[in-house]
Amino acid sequence: MARWCLLLCILVSMAVTAKEAVPAAPDPVLEARMQSIAAELRCLVCQNQTIADSHSGLAEDLRREVRDQLRRGASDEQVVQYMTDRYGDFVRYRPPFKASTLVLWVGPVLLLVAGLAILAIVLRRRTKLAADQFEPDEGEWVDEATELKAGERKS
Amino acid sequence: MKNLRFILPLAIFVVLVGFLAVGLRLDPREVPSPLIGKPAPGFALARLDDAGKTIRREDMLGKVWMLNVWASWCAACRDEHPHLVAFARTKQMPIYGLNYKDARNDGLAWLARFGDPYDASLFDQDGRVGIDFGVYGVPETFIIDKQGVIRFKQIGPVTPEIIQTRIVPLLKELNG
Repeated sequence: MARWCLLLCILVSMAVTAKEAVPAAPDPVLEARMQSIAAELRCLVCQNQTIADSHSGLAEDLRREVRDQLRRGASDEQVVQYMTDRYGDFVRYRPPFKASTLVLWVGPVLLLVAGLAILAIVLRRRTKLAADQFEPDEGEWVDEATELKAGERKS
Repeated sequence: MKNLRFILPLAIFVVLVGFLAVGLRLDPREVPSPLIGKPAPGFALARLDDAGKTIRREDMLGKVWMLNVWASWCAACRDEHPHLVAFARTKQMPIYGLNYKDARNDGLAWLARFGDPYDASLFDQDGRVGIDFGVYGVPETFIIDKQGVIRFKQIGPVTPEIIQTRIVPLLKELNG
């Protein structure tokens, strides 16, 4: 009997905590949109976090602002534009492609292409070299193996 | 050709050091504001010391003024405050405070304790006007011209150097 009582108590307490875990916002669709926008925006107080992750006061305010604007019928793009107008392109984790961000977007690709080009040139040059330009392939273990064989023959 | 093998890595190294040296001097917390050169956002806020009186953006047109964002909970504001009080005594420009996300009593007590350099402080309790001004690190200071355009923004405390080398010359330029 006591065991059943205990089980009941546990179940009841679980049900109570489950109720608390329900999000405070009444509209789950809006909340999901807010989260997806907030995950794209940088929190300027703690710059390596998104507004969705951060617990700073500013991030909370900005989440509220995003939620309010969505509720008023703003599109996702309008909300992101609103933030960019106030805090600059830096708030966006995916900065727009324009003249000032050209190096940011194109730079890594250029570096990769340059690296591959250098690799190709070096490899091509090496294929044209005569065989005696390279050091012999024999490593130490080859020498040891031949010595070992020689020793076997002696005994 | 043989020399290039040694010079090229050295050149790349020097360029890399150059980039890193510049990077070290930059403060990642200072994000250039997109608002500079743009009209200041509209606002209508109650005064901190008088909830019945509202100050609007339109009231400020026609003069070059300073908007200093502060809060009683902000430690860096305390460092900045004596410089603002000293600058206010020279009466070179009207200084308005934006009391950001604060409690009215805390803000007033703070001013009573450390001195009040402001012609008036606007009471932005929920921080919405702060968001419109792109505020993210209190204290912040804006200089707004006669047409209501933001001409200068300082993120973090104002120092006597910044007042002398940036704000005073700008003020002369805008009033001249």
